[in-house]
Amino acid sequence: MTAIVLFMTAIAAIAAWWLSQQRLADKPWLEQGVIDDHRSVRASSLPAAKIGLGVFLAVVGSLFALFVSAYTMRMELVDWRALPVPPLLWFNTAVLILSSGALQWAQGAARRDDRDDVLTGLMAGSISALIFLIGQLLAWRQLDAAGYFLTANPANAFFYLITATHGLHLLGGLVALGRTTAKAWRGVEIPRLRLSVELCTMYWHFLLLVWLILLALLTGWADDFVALCRQLLT
Amino acid sequence: MVDVLSDTNPPTAIPPAEVADVELYHPKSWWTTYVFSQDAKVIAVQYSLTALAIGMVALVLSWLMRLQLGFPGTFSFIDPNMYLQFITMHGMIMVIYLLTALFLGGFGNYLIPLMVGARDMVFPYVNMLSYWVYLLAVLVLVASFFVPGGPTGAGWTLYPPQAILQGTPGGNEPGIILMLLSLILFIIGFTMGGLNYVVTVLQGRTRGMTLMRMPLTVWGIFTATVMALLAFPALFVASVMMLLDRLLGTSFFMPMLVEMGNLTKYGGGSPLLFQHLFWFFGHPEVYIVALPAFGIVSDLISTHARKNIFGYRMMVWAIVAIGALSFIVWAHHMYVSGMHPKFGFFFATTTLIIAIPTAIKVYNWVLTLWRGDIHLTVPMLFALAFIITFVNGGLTGLFLGNVVVDVPLSDTMFVVAHFHMVMGVAPILVVFGGIYHWYPKVTGRMYNDALGKFHFWVTFLGAYAVFFPMHYVGLLGMPRRYHDIGDTSFIPASAHDLNAFMSIAALIVGFAQLVFVYNLAWSLFRGEKASGNPWGGTSLEWQTPQTPPGHGNWGKELPVVYRWAYDYSVPGAPKDFIPQNEPPAGMAAQGARA
Repeated sequence: MTAIVLFMTAIAAIAAWWLSQQRLADKPWLEQGVIDDHRSVRASSLPAAKIGLGVFLAVVGSLFALFVSAYTMRMELVDWRALPVPPLLWFNTAVLILSSGALQWAQGAARRDDRDDVLTGLMAGSISALIFLIGQLLAWRQLDAAGYFLTANPANAFFYLITATHGLHLLGGLVALGRTTAKAWRGVEIPRLRLSVELCTMYWHFLLLVWLILLALLTGWADDFVALCRQLLT
Repeated sequence: MVDVLSDTNPPTAIPPAEVADVELYHPKSWWTTYVFSQDAKVIAVQYSLTALAIGMVALVLSWLMRLQLGFPGTFSFIDPNMYLQFITMHGMIMVIYLLTALFLGGFGNYLIPLMVGARDMVFPYVNMLSYWVYLLAVLVLVASFFVPGGPTGAGWTLYPPQAILQGTPGGNEPGIILMLLSLILFIIGFTMGGLNYVVTVLQGRTRGMTLMRMPLTVWGIFTATVMALLAFPALFVASVMMLLDRLLGTSFFMPMLVEMGNLTKYGGGSPLLFQHLFWFFGHPEVYIVALPAFGIVSDLISTHARKNIFGYRMMVWAIVAIGALSFIVWAHHMYVSGMHPKFGFFFATTTLIIAIPTAIKVYNWVLTLWRGDIHLTVPMLFALAFIITFVNGGLTGLFLGNVVVDVPLSDTMFVVAHFHMVMGVAPILVVFGGIYHWYPKVTGRMYNDALGKFHFWVTFLGAYAVFFPMHYVGLLGMPRRYHDIGDTSFIPASAHDLNAFMSIAALIVGFAQLVFVYNLAWSLFRGEKASGNPWGGTSLEWQTPQTPPGHGNWGKELPVVYRWAYDYSVPGAPKDFIPQNEPPAGMAAQGARA
């Protein structure tokens, strides 16, 4: 459960930092009148949707941290046999990085109010995300063809489950991205789309980060790190 | 002291506020007003009624269990399988589908926007979806009663490997599948609602409503929601993995084992992994239910004792501290799973540390009551009963938190008595208190006081008649989850008599809940018309221009908050309460939009 405890510690640190800005040491029984809380006024200048997405990402982060925890706990047992990682995953990773980059570019264009670049960025982001998903499916088929079936051993099951969960989250993001792209296509003014583009970009970067962590874990790169954590704990 | 007030805050002109009013969705038909509504108040009522309805099912299941335990052999239609199914469904429904949904979906939806001075939740459409997904989860759960083999009988903890094997009711039948699907749906629905509750508290507060001016109810619900958002994914992961084990034959939790003489297809899974995941959710869940109760009870006590809450800051800090601590105690549910003694020591320590913030809260409630002008209204009676019950349940928690005491008591009725006191009876008393307290605001009518008091006394005394003797029976060694204990040498005849007594008490308590339901229904049409603020409350929900509050909650302008929520019996004030939106003397009231 190391991963989830670490994740929760990070969340707790963020919460503690935020709470420390909220004047929790006030004595509300002594203070009357309108308190114009400057800090909270600044916080409320962020759109609610962005905060909402931030909270949602914390939930998704918790979900993946739990998968990682379960994975590392199972790894400890002696009969663990990790499956070979298909080289296709490297190509997929590159495509996902490309996708994230395209959205970042679209976000910049949306701030410049440049319609053509926004549209190009969104399209490139969507298509490369789709290629990533197709690539993941192909990687599954390669593994399956090589005899690494879902039920053959827990490492396989974890591999399929974790990649599937990540893919489903990306698929959900594609729905939002598709709607934003369609709006841009139909000619909705860019300033009205800026928030949507920013939200998609944020979500994409987050999923890229999650994927990189998962990749490090699934390919065994993180083994040394996991071993180190375990030593620290015991 | 009095001078401090005027010195630090001289009444000055207020600059125009920057709080933007939200664009409300305005329903156009009966369907979108009352059924597919995006108004948090309607969603709250939908959540509450659904939760109470499924709660009644769980109540009936508890009767059936008690009938079997009190009079074994008399009710032949309750076979061992059915008994296991009853305990499983009773536990699952009460903890998740009733208490979690009612506190967060019901009270949260109704009170958060009103108490922080918002027109609605920040994402009303998602909020509506949340309810419908919850309803679907409930329907899937109910459906499991009607499939071949019936619902799962794996116990509410659903421990593998037994949960998905033949010997367990619903194990190799659809029962367990529907249970897991229902949980997954519940978590998805809850996440939608939870995002709303959190972001509304963060972003939807009206002008002047700083965090430290929020009523403790909002603090409790807010913190519980944050915890639930972070803890429910653990149940989600566990449910998905078990569903795959059951449906696709993976072996996340299933070791290699022989079932009925045959080697199963499973191999290599770790049942202990499930326990870790389950309890990583399961322990915070206790506080997900308790924190809203703490918050609500603080407000009930302050309002009905006409006295400011004692130690408001400590109360807030304690809520936050309990929320944080509850994530590092989960393995105290696993002392008998063969864990390393050092881990047991660690988790016992963290468990006992939680007693500190909890005790602070109890002291503060008692000190709030001290020399207060206590009105023994029905909500107040329930709040007082909560304090006593919570202390009772909490004390046995100190016993069970210690490894050496827990090991012999594990899986006995003592544990059952403990958690029913602390997270069954105590929170449900707050649910009742809260419903009676806000009933006049929600419906515009008063409940019937005599029926309310009858309901209180029967429920309170009856619950003790059920659960006090249960501790003793547990200490004798009577195990939980047994359909029929039979002739066991260490169980004396008196324990069987006690069991019969508890069962009769449970039946009586159950019937008292029908009085409660009748009171709610009858008062809706025949109750005395209630004024907008029958209790003389200070928080914003009592200051709405209409009762019940209209669409958008406030009139043209959002309220402005000038003080905290606990200005009761302020010396020199004309009334014994000062609403939060009443400006200090010498300052003109202003709308949030200049």
